[in-house]
Amino acid sequence: MSEANKKNIEWENTKGLREPIKALEDKWKLVPSFLQVKGLVKQHIDSFNYFINVEIKKIVQANEKVFCDADPLFYIKYLNAYVGTPDLEEGFNVTKAATPHECRLRDMTYSAPITVDIEYIRGNQRVIKNKQLIGRMPLMLRSSNCVLTNKSDFELAQLNECPHDPGGYFIIRGQEKVILIQEQLSKNRMIVDEFKGAIQCQVTSSTHEKKTRTNVIVKNGKYVMRHNALSDDIPIAVAFKAMGICTDQEIMQLVGSDDAIAKKMAPCIMECHNLKIFTQNQALAYIGSKLKVKRFQTANTKARTPVDEARDLLATTILAHVTVENFNFYVKAIYLAIMVKRVIEAENNKSAIDDPDYYGNKRLELAGSLLSLMFEDLFKRFNWELKSIADKIIPKVKAAPFDVVKHMRPDLIANGLFTAISSGNWTIKRFKMERHGVTQVLSRLSYISALGMMTRVNSQFEKTRKVSGPRSLQPSQWGMLCPSDTPEGEGCGLVKNLALMTHITTDSSEEPISRLACNSGVEDVRLLGGEEINHPAVYIVFLNGNILGVTRQYKKLIKIFRMFRRRGLISSFVSIYPNHNQRTVYICSDGGRLCRPYIIVEKGNPLVQQVHLNELNRGIRKFQDFLNDGLIEYLDVNEENDSHIATVEAEIDPYVTTHLEIEPFTILGVCAGLVPYPHHNQSPRNTYQCAMGKQAMGTIGYNQKNRIDTLMYNLVYPQCPMVKTKTIELTNFDKLPAGQNATVAVMSYSGYDIEDALILNRASIDRGYGRCLVYKSAKTTMKRYSNQTSDRILGPSKDATTGKVIKAHDILDSDGIAAPGEMVENRQVLINKQMPPATINPIAQGQQQQIEYKEVPVTYKGPVESYIEKVMVSANAEDAFLIKILLRQTRIPEIGDKFSSRHGQKGVTGLIVQQEDMPFNDRGICPDMIMNPHGFPSRMTVGKTIELLAGKAGLMEGKFHYGTAFGGSKVKDVCNELEKHGYNYHGKDIFYSGITGEPLEAYIYSGPVYYQKLKHMVQDKMHARARGPRAVLTRQPTEGRSRDGGLRLGEMERDCLIGYGASMLLMERLMLASDAFSADICGACGRLASRAWCHACRSSAAVSAVEMPYACKLLFQELASMNIVPKLTLKKYC
Amino acid sequence: MPQLEEKPRVFLEEYRLKNAANDYGMADEKWNFKKFVKNFRIVIVRLDNFEMEFDLIGLQPAFANAFRRLMLSEVPSMAIEKVMVRNNTSIIQDEVLAHRLGLIPLKADPRLFEYRPEDATEGTEYDTLEFSLKVKCTAVKSQPKDSYRTEDLYENHSVYSSQIKWQPIGNQASVHKEADVGPVHGDILISKMRPGHELDLQLIAVKGIGKDHAKFSPVATASYRLLPEITLTREVVGGQAALLQSCFSPGVIGIDSEGKAYVKDARYDTCSRNVYRYDDIKDAAILSRIRDHFIFNVESVGAMAPNVIFVEAVKILRDKCKSLLDELNSF
Repeated sequence: MSEANKKNIEWENTKGLREPIKALEDKWKLVPSFLQVKGLVKQHIDSFNYFINVEIKKIVQANEKVFCDADPLFYIKYLNAYVGTPDLEEGFNVTKAATPHECRLRDMTYSAPITVDIEYIRGNQRVIKNKQLIGRMPLMLRSSNCVLTNKSDFELAQLNECPHDPGGYFIIRGQEKVILIQEQLSKNRMIVDEFKGAIQCQVTSSTHEKKTRTNVIVKNGKYVMRHNALSDDIPIAVAFKAMGICTDQEIMQLVGSDDAIAKKMAPCIMECHNLKIFTQNQALAYIGSKLKVKRFQTANTKARTPVDEARDLLATTILAHVTVENFNFYVKAIYLAIMVKRVIEAENNKSAIDDPDYYGNKRLELAGSLLSLMFEDLFKRFNWELKSIADKIIPKVKAAPFDVVKHMRPDLIANGLFTAISSGNWTIKRFKMERHGVTQVLSRLSYISALGMMTRVNSQFEKTRKVSGPRSLQPSQWGMLCPSDTPEGEGCGLVKNLALMTHITTDSSEEPISRLACNSGVEDVRLLGGEEINHPAVYIVFLNGNILGVTRQYKKLIKIFRMFRRRGLISSFVSIYPNHNQRTVYICSDGGRLCRPYIIVEKGNPLVQQVHLNELNRGIRKFQDFLNDGLIEYLDVNEENDSHIATVEAEIDPYVTTHLEIEPFTILGVCAGLVPYPHHNQSPRNTYQCAMGKQAMGTIGYNQKNRIDTLMYNLVYPQCPMVKTKTIELTNFDKLPAGQNATVAVMSYSGYDIEDALILNRASIDRGYGRCLVYKSAKTTMKRYSNQTSDRILGPSKDATTGKVIKAHDILDSDGIAAPGEMVENRQVLINKQMPPATINPIAQGQQQQIEYKEVPVTYKGPVESYIEKVMVSANAEDAFLIKILLRQTRIPEIGDKFSSRHGQKGVTGLIVQQEDMPFNDRGICPDMIMNPHGFPSRMTVGKTIELLAGKAGLMEGKFHYGTAFGGSKVKDVCNELEKHGYNYHGKDIFYSGITGEPLEAYIYSGPVYYQKLKHMVQDKMHARARGPRAVLTRQPTEGRSRDGGLRLGEMERDCLIGYGASMLLMERLMLASDAFSADICGACGRLASRAWCHACRSSAAVSAVEMPYACKLLFQELASMNIVPKLTLKKYC
Repeated sequence: MPQLEEKPRVFLEEYRLKNAANDYGMADEKWNFKKFVKNFRIVIVRLDNFEMEFDLIGLQPAFANAFRRLMLSEVPSMAIEKVMVRNNTSIIQDEVLAHRLGLIPLKADPRLFEYRPEDATEGTEYDTLEFSLKVKCTAVKSQPKDSYRTEDLYENHSVYSSQIKWQPIGNQASVHKEADVGPVHGDILISKMRPGHELDLQLIAVKGIGKDHAKFSPVATASYRLLPEITLTREVVGGQAALLQSCFSPGVIGIDSEGKAYVKDARYDTCSRNVYRYDDIKDAAILSRIRDHFIFNVESVGAMAPNVIFVEAVKILRDKCKSLLDELNSF
């Protein structure tokens, strides 16, 4: 056979491979299937579930024994720990099951008891006690122990809960709190970076006991090890010798024996010789001399020699995550050698420096891991307290034997957790960790704002630092974090949001993985010398940052691991990937990695076939089945970067493609998913919409009428957008919408539409467009005081002369609380509460004493009246009466109210026009809104123009069009639909002027666009003042709208007036209209006089009144009080 | 190019509308009553209780527009203006409920009523209609076990406009019939309720105009369009003819037995101008509209027939003119 023939046949054989892969239909349905299992906030719930079901037991087990110094026989042993189901304490040890909604209304904490089984010594007996309460755990809504899990919509409705509420937050003292996802650099990983020109390799080791940081740095051409516990840098050779690698040859073999490395290492070895350190003991003594002096020296520490301390430090603190058994430092020495090698490599080749912004080097900390840190700290403190109680009490001889159970107070752990979540301050002294703002109040402005908050990722970086690296979009964030959803301003790029399909891993056990690795040919590193480890054919295998061993066949290892994962024999979240430059294979099973599912492609064919999707459609296949059958797998950022992923079927290259994207729109997050046709918009516009979608009012949940929030905005007639996206349906935004479809005409009208102002149609407003309800609540508690007195509420007071109820109390019921349905005006009393003075002594029994109560009414403030929607009387956790009043306002759009489309195009109402003045088209349609076309060219929001077209076509067809990102209805199809219904293909219609009645010269682009009403309304902002309150100290007008403050004539305005020379105007603005004061000045001594009498001169002869700002007089007095005497010279001026 | 009739036209060009260069009779010509009478025509095309289509031919746009504006905003109608809430335990807020009730069109003929004086606190039988809406939702006693339909479970779970009862004041009962004053449609959903919810409302309807609030507007919409006109400039045959036909609304372009396109009836063309999309037939048609031929479309809300509304609008214009003349003459 000729060569050409052969090739031909080969070509023929690969025909199947060359044919284009058929696109899978309905592939996107995997996304709802994924979300159905996991929900939108699965990361929080998964993490919390892992904490309360697994990790809490591990923590208790790790700290299982408490001993006592006083009695060597005494011990407490924790056998097991449980987190129960949520309940409320009703007093006298009676509890009842709690529902989240009750907690919200009654300002309680939604929490469950933490109970333990313990074994301890009472007297001489060993006692086992089960279900001992040690604290309370705030429960995450929809977590495994929450009452809401696995409930049907009907059951949820009975619990006053919205079925679309995602859960994932806590209720602490009635407030909904979210623990934000925290982003951090990976723990226990070597990261080589350049710091002030010097290359260093940094490892932050983190174990349950310790968090330390170890650096290997280049210093004067020599390598040194730096650690916080050491006062000075340790030459690297000394460090090796201290770890028992005493010969120079061994050191060189570990680091690597090529010439390049040898040359770099030589000075280090020399240095060691110069220091005359040859043995391990000498090295340890050297390190011992560099120890930081401890402040507190106890009997324990004194007894030990520096050598012992140094050895201990090396074993437990330096590179703490590498475990050392029996002071065998060999593995740690290898680890250190690899660090040195990395630094040398990076010196020779700058590209070997790691990118700290690379997302594979990041880990996300979720509620579960943060709470476990806090819980462990509190639990240790709890045990320490038990121990000190035992120390104190056991030596005392008592009638009853010491029973430690009686001293177990649950408040410590409960209050510790509650205050941590409610304040957001995460202070753990053990790790020197002090973080603020970890939690935030769940924003319930709209459904989307609540959802958006649950996906927020907070970065630990300082917001004030001007660095672009951590803020910019990293290519490795693809698919994991939303590229659009980030705030503007200081948090830009630091606060991020998860994409739709992102999953965050939880810790999984290392043991089966290391066993599998060893079975797949990984050799234990402890059995090998440096020469073998550094052999060029050998790959070092790391498991979660620890050296596992070496392998010659890394490809086989990776393949085996992937096969095992796809078969479900190891956790599906284990990732394995090689690094060829470092000749390493990394296996990860730690928590906090970002990952997302992909369809596996083998030999150019996606494993998910149409059959499977049909089965999915029929409901006999679930997302988990795809995972179980090995058709879909999760990839984390690192493994994703080792894969070849096709976004669509057509991109599959049979020879290289390993995976296929499930749906491209899932790279966006929840907020960006609302934007129709985002791929047609200029990118910052989508970012703006992400911020504005959170301010849009609409519906916040099916239970919104049962809530009593401090502030709630609702739309009267919310609508589902005409142009939907897949994400809208997946997030249920169509069921809890925030906006209305307005018929928009893109044209100019009058001059009131400049600068993005909108023109609204009066008739549309009359018919209910943009109408919103604003709910505010007033709250008070009736406290009981220790001196037997308590707050009281009195009925309405009557005017003494007329006998009528006074105006302020007009709306009060006879019980002293405003009646539902009443209209409240400014300064009217809502609750006529009175408080006893705090000073009175306890009243003697039977002795009725008249107490002068102080009036502390809850009053209504606001220029516009409200209506009382409902009144709630209940009791809070402290058994005090709790009264909440919900106030309601209905607001009609007015000039100055803010609206925005879903394309980051906001604008305020500039003019409201009567319907007859609005332009109308052939069909008699008047637009609801007129938008100026100048909003388009510079903003480049092409998506909005397409939304308008698709919306218009959808109206005619009676269906919703889709504007899904990277997909959705095609413009061509949409326009053809328009044409079919007799509209212009381009969406431009003939309009007639409503004023002249003649046709307009231009064709007008018009159709429905989804508009959101934003929470900024003039009514909340309008402010003016003629006269009003003044500050006490300076007598100047107060500042700010809330205090009815004045409008400041600032420095720049003052400069203008000075420049103009309007001195009398300046005088009027700055003194007369502010704090004019007539001060008496003694002309003789020039000092301030009092009441026309100069105390210094003892005369009133020369005293005259001078008009000056009060602040000036104040300054003179303050100066005088500091022994500086300002003197005025008075002259007659006329 | 065929000679066009001497009519004022506006041409629909590809990118803009343009008045004819020789704008016959519309621009600066002095208004002449005799000529107006000679040319002016009204043709009623379609008329029923709720909708009317008619042509006003030979009229200045200012007049046509004036009628349109008057129908929208100045022809009075009756609507619920005040709602006294005795009890409302439903989930709809009082204000929203009142707003919804206000938008319900009433059958009452506004011509039989007077405007309520601004300072009046109590309505009289001549200016006010009173209604009541008293509904209580209860659970059905014999609840079927196997049904979860709201109809089977609850009584009065939905409140419809038909449940609004008229309460005649004074002599009203003898003047009006109940069927002539209540809501136009009985199936307007006002509220949904569940057991324990109750509405007890007194509704007061007065006469008002659309300028005040859209609910007083007697029309759903009243608008006009100019008569479309299509002129073919050349012979269009075969595939091009079919294409041309598809560019207009159905029935506008006909194709004769020889496969030649002709303008059958341009009146109902939607003026979508889609011919301009095709370069090969772009030049075949001239699209225009007759500037003094207004095709009015009036949709009544139900209180008055559309033709009555139009006549009312004309009367209002007449009265306005009269009062202007009076004012001018009094100087």
